[in-house]
Amino acid sequence: MDFILQPWPWFVGGPLIALSLFLYFYFGKNFGASTNFETLCTMVGAGKVSNYFKKDWKERDFALLFVVGLVIGGFISATYLIPSQSIDLNPKTVQELTDLGFSNVANQYFPDEIFSEDVVFSLKGFLILILSGVLIGFGTRYAGGCTSGHAITGLSSLQLPSLLAVIGFFIGGIIAAWFVIPVLF
Amino acid sequence: MKNIKFLILGIFFAIVLSKTQAISWYRFYEMFRFQSFHMYGIIGGAVVLSAIIMQLFKSGKVKDMNGNKIVPKPKKKGFISTILGGTLFGLGWGISGACAAPIFVILGFKFLPALILLVGALLGAFLYGIVSKKLPN
Repeated sequence: MDFILQPWPWFVGGPLIALSLFLYFYFGKNFGASTNFETLCTMVGAGKVSNYFKKDWKERDFALLFVVGLVIGGFISATYLIPSQSIDLNPKTVQELTDLGFSNVANQYFPDEIFSEDVVFSLKGFLILILSGVLIGFGTRYAGGCTSGHAITGLSSLQLPSLLAVIGFFIGGIIAAWFVIPVLF
Repeated sequence: MKNIKFLILGIFFAIVLSKTQAISWYRFYEMFRFQSFHMYGIIGGAVVLSAIIMQLFKSGKVKDMNGNKIVPKPKKKGFISTILGGTLFGLGWGISGACAAPIFVILGFKFLPALILLVGALLGAFLYGIVSKKLPN
């Protein structure tokens, strides 16, 4: 029980993610998460506006159940499995973020500066989240996949487009962490 | 409910991402600043082990539960689309600390902020659907 409540080290995470991928394929489907954004658009009627969304979402009901599972699993983790959200971050990271004005760094999973209710209801906070979301939704569809579809499934099956996509992911992420975050905060 | 196994797999995957801190904003910031091995270890380990699993699929040694050969779908080609799309996604990922699966996991942690991210992601996917034919590939 003690192990369940402790943070799990990286060498536990990699194998368990690989196991998830294995089971997903063993169950007869391709592992990935971002196609669900399209499916959800179809479900709320995007097919009326664009033929791109004229698809039968019932064919992807398995993926929607996976997504529901993700939400339930997140809730179970947050409520029962993570008594402390403190993270053993590099002291340099903590110092940098503190210098940028972040408070309570590494004592929680999500910084108040982006995820607290006060900030979410401010114009700046709302725009940061909604525009990040747009970039995530648009980018994954344009690139044809996300971290699970490209970085895990695509790379491990030695597909060249996935290598390009992952290079793109890191270009974007590095720009965000080195240039955008310091400007925003 | 033959698909209930995907629900359970979703719960399991979410717990793995949560317990290894792979949904934490700080862990991604740390990764993109090259200040920690943690996320590289998780992603690298997952890729190496998955590559071995893929070989078992390709050689036909492991078939799916219905006895069919497992063939990962080929990813769509296109140099500009994958690099440019990937970079746009990376920007959103780096700022919000969320990628596609974690958005749904974070709903269980921080409902309202994750909901705004999700609405944004749906708007983004919708926008892509509208303009996809006009974009360079």
